[in-house]
Amino acid sequence: MSLLKTTGLCAFYGDFQALFDLDISVETGETIAVIGANGAGKTTLLRSIAGALHCGRAMVEFDGEAIGGLSAHEIVRRGIAMVPEGRKLFPSLTVEENLLIGGYCGRGGAWTLARVYELFPMLAERRAIPAHALSGGQQQMAAIGRALMSNPRLLLCDELSLGLAPLVIREIYARLGTIAREGTTLLIVEQDINRALDQSARFYCLQEGRVALQAACRGFARETITRAYFGI
Amino acid sequence: MALKVERSTPESRGFAVFLVLALAALAALPYYAGPGAMRLVAEMAYYLALAQLWNLLAGYAGLVSVGQQAFVGLGGYSLYYLTSEFNVHPLVALMLAGPIAAAISLPMAFAVFRLRGAYFAVGTWVLAEIFALAISLVERLGAGSGMSLTPAIVRQIAPDRAGRELAVYWIALAIVVIVFAAAYLLLRSRHGLALTAIRDSEPASESLGVDTFRTKLMVYVVTAGCTGCVGAFIFLQKLRISPEAGFSVNDWTVVVIFMVVIGGIGTLEGPIVGMLVYFGLRETLAQYGTWYLILLGMAAVAIMLLAQDGLWGLVVRRFNLHLFPVRRHLAR
Amino acid sequence: MTDWLNILIQGALLGGLYALFAVGLSLSFGIMRLVNIAHGDLIVLAAYVALVVINATGLYSIATLLVVVPAMFALGYALQRWLLNYTLSGGLLPPLLVSFGISVIIENLLLQIFGASTYRLQAGAIETQSFALGGIYIGAYPLLVFATAFAAIAALQVLFYRTGLGRAFRATSDDADTAELMGIDNRHLYAVAMAIAMIFTAVAGVLMAIRETFDPAAGPIRLIFAFEAVIIGGLGSLWGTLLGGMVLGVAQAVGGALSPTWEILAGHLAFLVVLLLRPSGLFPHTRD
Repeated sequence: MSLLKTTGLCAFYGDFQALFDLDISVETGETIAVIGANGAGKTTLLRSIAGALHCGRAMVEFDGEAIGGLSAHEIVRRGIAMVPEGRKLFPSLTVEENLLIGGYCGRGGAWTLARVYELFPMLAERRAIPAHALSGGQQQMAAIGRALMSNPRLLLCDELSLGLAPLVIREIYARLGTIAREGTTLLIVEQDINRALDQSARFYCLQEGRVALQAACRGFARETITRAYFGI
Repeated sequence: MALKVERSTPESRGFAVFLVLALAALAALPYYAGPGAMRLVAEMAYYLALAQLWNLLAGYAGLVSVGQQAFVGLGGYSLYYLTSEFNVHPLVALMLAGPIAAAISLPMAFAVFRLRGAYFAVGTWVLAEIFALAISLVERLGAGSGMSLTPAIVRQIAPDRAGRELAVYWIALAIVVIVFAAAYLLLRSRHGLALTAIRDSEPASESLGVDTFRTKLMVYVVTAGCTGCVGAFIFLQKLRISPEAGFSVNDWTVVVIFMVVIGGIGTLEGPIVGMLVYFGLRETLAQYGTWYLILLGMAAVAIMLLAQDGLWGLVVRRFNLHLFPVRRHLAR
Repeated sequence: MTDWLNILIQGALLGGLYALFAVGLSLSFGIMRLVNIAHGDLIVLAAYVALVVINATGLYSIATLLVVVPAMFALGYALQRWLLNYTLSGGLLPPLLVSFGISVIIENLLLQIFGASTYRLQAGAIETQSFALGGIYIGAYPLLVFATAFAAIAALQVLFYRTGLGRAFRATSDDADTAELMGIDNRHLYAVAMAIAMIFTAVAGVLMAIRETFDPAAGPIRLIFAFEAVIIGGLGSLWGTLLGGMVLGVAQAVGGALSPTWEILAGHLAFLVVLLLRPSGLFPHTRD
């Protein structure tokens, strides 16, 4: 049984339909990439899974339980955490307070504050400063750390590389590898294809709210991907 | 095929005919109904005027004021002051009260436009309280106990009581018709379009070149002036004013807001519906104390949660009915 | 000279009461961006609840807080959870008009049930006791009220900056959607925030009712005082609200020395002056 499965997932923003019958599955321990152009529906997919966007109950199944349409805070308790697009750290809170908030739902596990500081030592150095004073890369690490604090079984990463320098992106993805090795399942959404595909076992390419292509990453021809990406 | 853009609809044309007939019937009311009915209709008329003005301010310009009673009181006191100090004819004073209230509203706007949203609302209320307290310190204006219109002044309207009641009644009708006409013309004009745009999205309107500050200021000052004029009329009819009565938030704001909200904020028809609901509830339930106000409060809460566009909004959504042709559409 | 000093001290201590009025308003605006027009009426409602408790049990006035606080706490939770929460997503008008409607309902229900007569709660000897320092007199009761306000704000500061709940409040105030993604149930949290605000509203109501008379229509002016204290002090700062209350109290005390009408007017004028000269308040703290 897959850890996460979407069946016929449809999502709407008011009257506008953003996702059309998406079928996606993620096995425990996998790292999956979801790629696609702007507006393809990647963030919509993550938000539907995380409960930030409403959808039908049976459309999303997590560990055998239908969770579609549950509110976001109920889904976090079940073990899905999101690193939102644009980081979305809480500006009134310090770095440490942001991390602690990640643990609000009280799921115990290996990811404690100490463990997160081990993974991201530069956060430990800056634990008491306001979160908005960090650089982009540091904020991204804080956002990942914050999500880890809820000890998720599935971590949703929305556009981690957005606005960051290549060196920083490489560092962050190296950490993702560590997180994956510790047993967390990852669903990575990216516009930057190369990073995402290098990190993942399988990928889905979305185009205008539909799965245009899905395959294993290893050895897959980039031109095929490019064509699916742009809908050619 | 040529496309024609027009405003009126068959329903609005029909309504216009109905309106003319209704106004004629109301104007002739004194000839078939007694003074009690005239006073009630006059009261309905001036409340409708106040409601329409508040609707313009809050429903179109987005300025939710809980302090319009300031202008009711200022208009009333202007009338009393002009007639008693300067021997101005009461009807002339009535017309001067408007511009006086408008002039005072200008510096008030300067203070209160610094606040936004709910803070703006409470700020306008505080300003009204300031006026009430300040006036209650002025001996010339009767201080805390207020002042009355002397018989000499009152006789200037008409020599006998029946004549006065007639004059007051027709003035009430004239006022509500003028306020409606002014609102209607404003909304049909370029400014009206700007107002609707501001109501929908202030940043978007600004980016399109609408001077939101000046438009809002204009609406604030104009409604202040008209409210002042209505206020002057109210206290002309009541023959007595006091700071508590003139600046009463319960009489001039709570009731007015309920009328607009329940009837339908942001439409010209809404305040009419709201006014009828209010008077219906009041006249039938007044004997039970203030239960009608509790019901009104509950109705307002329910409307805001379930049908934000008010009772008229429900009609619009169901029947797509527009009686006052303000919007443009393609001819059918 | 000592006369004026006494007036200043009286006003400053009165500021404590105004700060207590304002705390609830500050909390609900800070966390939910909700200005509760019924706030003043809820203060008065608390006073009436205390009255009912006293009539039923003969309890000492301040001791009625044992009943009034839990009652208002529950009311606040219910009000927010099952009514006010539904107004939060509709823009400016719904929260304003719904709380306005609630205000009218409370006022008129109180009028129907208790009539228009004024009441006042007794607190015994403490009402008239005072301490003398040189030529200065410090009333025991005003000092108690001020100390309560001070303790209340200190407690709230601890809550906000040193507890998980306070952290959740601040996070939700920053970004409610992302807070939900962290596992925070917004609807419940807002209700808790309102319930906590009502604790202070309850205390303010009872303490006010000992100091001055109250009747069903006494709510709106309390809302205005609370509002003025918040604006003078500056949005977003609880200690600022205490200082704002004190400025308001002093202005009123100075005005009151001239005449009773000037008392309230002076407070309004102080508010107006701050609004014109320093619109963000004397000690602002918030990004809005």
